[in-house]
Amino acid sequence: MELIKLTIDNRPVEVEKGTTIFHAAKKLGIEIPTLCYMNLGDLNIEHKPGGCRVCVVEVEGRRNLAPSCATECTGDMVVHTHSMRVLNARKTVLELILSDHPFDCLICAKSGHCDLQNMAIKMGVRSIPFQGEKSTYKPDFSPAIIREMDKCIMCRRCETMCNDFQTVGVLSGINRGFEAVVAPAFERDLDHSECTYCGQCVAVCPTGALTEVDHTNQVVRALADPTKTVVVQTAPAVRAALGEEFGMEPGTLVTGKMVSALRRLGFDYVFDTDFAADLTIMEEGTELLDRLTRHLGGDKEVKLPMLTSCCPGWVNFFEYHFPDMLDIPSTARSPQQMFGSIAKTYFADKIKVDRKDMVVVSVMPCVAKKYECTREEFQVDGNPDVDFSISTRELAALIKSSNLSLNDLPDEDFDKPMGESTGAGVIFGTTGGVIEAAARTAYEIHTGKTLEKVDFEQLRGLEGIRSASIDFNGVDIHIGIAHGLGNARKLLEEIKAGKSHYHAIEIMACPSGCIGGGGQPLHHGNPDVLKARQKAIYQEDAGKPIRKSHENPYIKTLYEEFLGKPMSEKAHHLLHTHYFAKKDKKVLLD
Amino acid sequence: MTSIKVKLKESDVQQLREVAKSFGNKPGELINVLHKAQEIFGYLPAEVQEVVAEELQVSVAKVYGVVTFYSFFTMLPKGRYPISICTGTACYVRGAEKVLEEFKRILKVPVGETTPDGKFSITCLRCVGACGLAPVVMVGDKTYGRVTTDGVKDILKEYEED
Repeated sequence: MELIKLTIDNRPVEVEKGTTIFHAAKKLGIEIPTLCYMNLGDLNIEHKPGGCRVCVVEVEGRRNLAPSCATECTGDMVVHTHSMRVLNARKTVLELILSDHPFDCLICAKSGHCDLQNMAIKMGVRSIPFQGEKSTYKPDFSPAIIREMDKCIMCRRCETMCNDFQTVGVLSGINRGFEAVVAPAFERDLDHSECTYCGQCVAVCPTGALTEVDHTNQVVRALADPTKTVVVQTAPAVRAALGEEFGMEPGTLVTGKMVSALRRLGFDYVFDTDFAADLTIMEEGTELLDRLTRHLGGDKEVKLPMLTSCCPGWVNFFEYHFPDMLDIPSTARSPQQMFGSIAKTYFADKIKVDRKDMVVVSVMPCVAKKYECTREEFQVDGNPDVDFSISTRELAALIKSSNLSLNDLPDEDFDKPMGESTGAGVIFGTTGGVIEAAARTAYEIHTGKTLEKVDFEQLRGLEGIRSASIDFNGVDIHIGIAHGLGNARKLLEEIKAGKSHYHAIEIMACPSGCIGGGGQPLHHGNPDVLKARQKAIYQEDAGKPIRKSHENPYIKTLYEEFLGKPMSEKAHHLLHTHYFAKKDKKVLLD
Repeated sequence: MTSIKVKLKESDVQQLREVAKSFGNKPGELINVLHKAQEIFGYLPAEVQEVVAEELQVSVAKVYGVVTFYSFFTMLPKGRYPISICTGTACYVRGAEKVLEEFKRILKVPVGETTPDGKFSITCLRCVGACGLAPVVMVGDKTYGRVTTDGVKDILKEYEED
């Protein structure tokens, strides 16, 4: 590898050929500001359009300023990142961006988390010398995501996530000059596009242009209504990230504090989606074993590989893009929906509350979950199984507005019965976790043996596509894992071409799985945050006394008292679903 | 924008698919294929863009992005007699803008649009290389030079019979 020596801010540095000035400066601890550049390290997502011009630096001997994120270092380069010329240019660029931006920071959903706002603070902007026309666009409200393009600064990060990483292809830069904006084809609303609501555009948007639909008011209203029994469920990934909103280090587990916050907010029952994740394993694991047994017995009709179906962004993706393969994913509903279904039947009966008087709230790391709970098949006579889904960020806002300091709250336990879960339920929050949880249970049921080691290290990691084989008593079970819909697409194309050798595949729409979901505290492009959250999830699993879903005593009771056995008629009715071809025409991508 | 569905002629769609094929169905040929598509259909309605997207394996959003970026591409059908007013420097200083205003006033449509009967459409272009004749107006392939505001109605009269 060729090394290059250069000088940045009077300090020498040596970097590999091909390194940009931006990264060379980072090596020296110099953080050059940017509004468009994004790099998610291990996840192989790099976005460097050189568009915002905030990262410009002065290179001696070069006539114009260079965008550091898109300019490679050359030998003996002398770079200044904060010369008078650079600071003036940077400030002018920022002032020009701000001159076409609404000044509603006080009431903007992104306030406090906005990269543009932070940059204005950092640069000490006190006035906008440029007066002129401002962009005005009609806000676009979908069931999960709101687009307010007046606030778009054309960094085009959302476009990279939507097209390159997710291969969903809904967003594109359109028009030119002052009219330029990011929009779906023909400026349709998101609701009329093939948007999967994965929320990765929201996760990377530096401003308030893309935000989630806020349901906190509905939740507050339900909590204040004495006629309602309000039940809450929290997804596994939430506990590994919520603390970040309260200034804690990424990867701080706040399970107990979160439970006590929810209780203080006034929820009547504080339950755990992890319980439903255990239930998912019982159903999905049984379905997998059933398909496997039939396959091994020579049944040619059986569909393999079986794909997981927990992720609503992923479900939307295959409904739009692979409508001819709807029989491949498991029919098991997602844990959120299994929870709602059981809460409003089994649990409602137990506490003698009519389902119409019960409000089920879910706290999710996700924005697609908001859409999922509005799907018609998850309603009974117009009453949804899950009434409202709020994101991790919305829960943090709710806690803050209720005068609670998460940091000072005591650790408390979830309520019984639907708050009890195993380590297998917890790892649903990370890529590889669902299939590992399934493997723990499927192995023991299939072989009749007890696993000596429940950790399937070979299934863990952050590679976009991973594969492993597990020995099920002499039969090798081939497992595939993909996170990010672009990676999922690759595995699906393999299946379509008849080249897939997998028996089971786990798919999560977001990078690193739910811990990197569109509803999580913003990672601001820092991959270390995702790694820390993943570590926390496995830490929570390792600390659980029970780590296999089928050993959850409350799941056992649920089957004994109510469901019978996995895949029973009742289980089918309450815990399984079917999929819809959303469009007969395939939408293709490059 | 796409509330009215356009029914494309099957033979035209077939021709477009052939064009895409002749470019190897490569995503990189998007602009070339769009040029040909506009030749075939006269304009690029959403339905045409969807066919192009499908043939070249690019997202419809991306096709739309390119169509809206380049001013040559249009999503509005041209009239049977497309009127182009040159607003290049020479024509401009010799009163092209007043001529343009007169066309807009008489036909009651803004630049880039077509009269409701589909007869005329108005566009502006920059320099046809006949600056000596400024200001220049083209109707279809026919060129008119030294056009005055009074002369506009005479030009339109030529197409009255149709």
